[in-house]
Amino acid sequence: MKKNWWKYLSILLLLYAIIYGFMVQVPDSNIGDTVRNVFFHVGMWFAMLGVMLTSFVNSLKFLSKGNMYNDLKANQAVLVGVFFGLLGIITGMVWAKFTWGEPWANDPHLNGAAVSLLVYFAYLVLRSAIPDEEKRARVSAVYNIFAFVILIVFVGILPRLSSDTMHPGSGDGNPAFGDMDAQMRYVFYPALIGWIILSQWVLQIRTRTKVIEEYIEEKELNF
Amino acid sequence: MIAEIKALFIKDLQLELKQKYSINSIVLYVLSTVFVAYLSYQGNIDSTSWNVMFWIILLFAAVNATSKSFVQERPSRHLYYYTMAAPQSVIIAKILYNSLMMIIIAIITFIVFQLFLGNMIVGNTLFFVSLLLGALGFASTLTMVAAIASRSDNNFALMAILSFPLMLPFLLSLIALSNIALVTAEFTPEALKLLGMTFGLNLVVIMLSYILFPYLWKE
Repeated sequence: MKKNWWKYLSILLLLYAIIYGFMVQVPDSNIGDTVRNVFFHVGMWFAMLGVMLTSFVNSLKFLSKGNMYNDLKANQAVLVGVFFGLLGIITGMVWAKFTWGEPWANDPHLNGAAVSLLVYFAYLVLRSAIPDEEKRARVSAVYNIFAFVILIVFVGILPRLSSDTMHPGSGDGNPAFGDMDAQMRYVFYPALIGWIILSQWVLQIRTRTKVIEEYIEEKELNF
Repeated sequence: MIAEIKALFIKDLQLELKQKYSINSIVLYVLSTVFVAYLSYQGNIDSTSWNVMFWIILLFAAVNATSKSFVQERPSRHLYYYTMAAPQSVIIAKILYNSLMMIIIAIITFIVFQLFLGNMIVGNTLFFVSLLLGALGFASTLTMVAAIASRSDNNFALMAILSFPLMLPFLLSLIALSNIALVTAEFTPEALKLLGMTFGLNLVVIMLSYILFPYLWKE
């Protein structure tokens, strides 16, 4: 109970964000109520960045200590991160269809997100191409570090440098914390924290099941 | 360290000069792709297509040239290098050698483009600076990816999958740079920003390779 407080916190924050997110007074603009999507769409990307950071840290740990658990966790984190990234793209596409009239606009933000997902797909392909466990862990950890650098370049740096973008957040600093209405901030920040914690929770469950699966597999082999 | 790098670099160079296999195959590759482009465009090429064709042909030539970096010699010979030299020297020597190859390939591609598709570059200095930075960037990224891909059984297919997303930041800024060079001969602020970014990316990739390669090298 004591150790799990953050999980309850995540549930509370997300419930609050979902319920109050649909009730809060949003400023009158030409995109109307779709602006509420910001509580979900941006949350997906923050959750993805969070688990990808976890994956990066675990790859670094694996390279320095050589513990196979870190490799397993890095792999699972990439899977969870790719899932949240896909959700981020889907929520973005729904929103873009309404706002810009097309689900995919040729925009540095969107293309950057797509490329960083491609890098992580390449990571997953690389893992499946090497049968030897020890070697796979080492090689994919090295590639994962490159992948994280590309993610930072494409999601964090390039969109902000670009001048021709429709997506908010290139002149005004962060892609998410632009000139947002004060009322909306009361929902926005709790929602972000909630999504970040939720993704870590999903990662924890996935890692634990994987550890158990491997344990059972080993038992069966020895039997 | 310097002596090791020098010895390894000269070894690669001598190997290449003796066989002349990869440089000849790349020249032939560039010639035939540019010739196909020449036949298909029939002289109606505009500057945007010229630019995109140039960088895409150079990208594929680069992938072809570097994919053999770590598989052309036998694993037992790698073991020998492993006992003789520091891994950092091995990767630096390979990056230097591949950079030299890439610069030669870039110049050859440029000359072949002159022959068949004409010259559309206005800002020559800007274009050649970006060509140089691009060659270095391609070489360092692809050398590291070749090292990663050589650890799997399916080297060539993986090479393409792993390298293209990693090459995209380079490719995007290089295409933007030469787009500027197609219009004006000046170093505009936009061009300087892009040059700085390409240079920064180069540094990041070389540093990462230097730090991470030892983990790939020990088998």
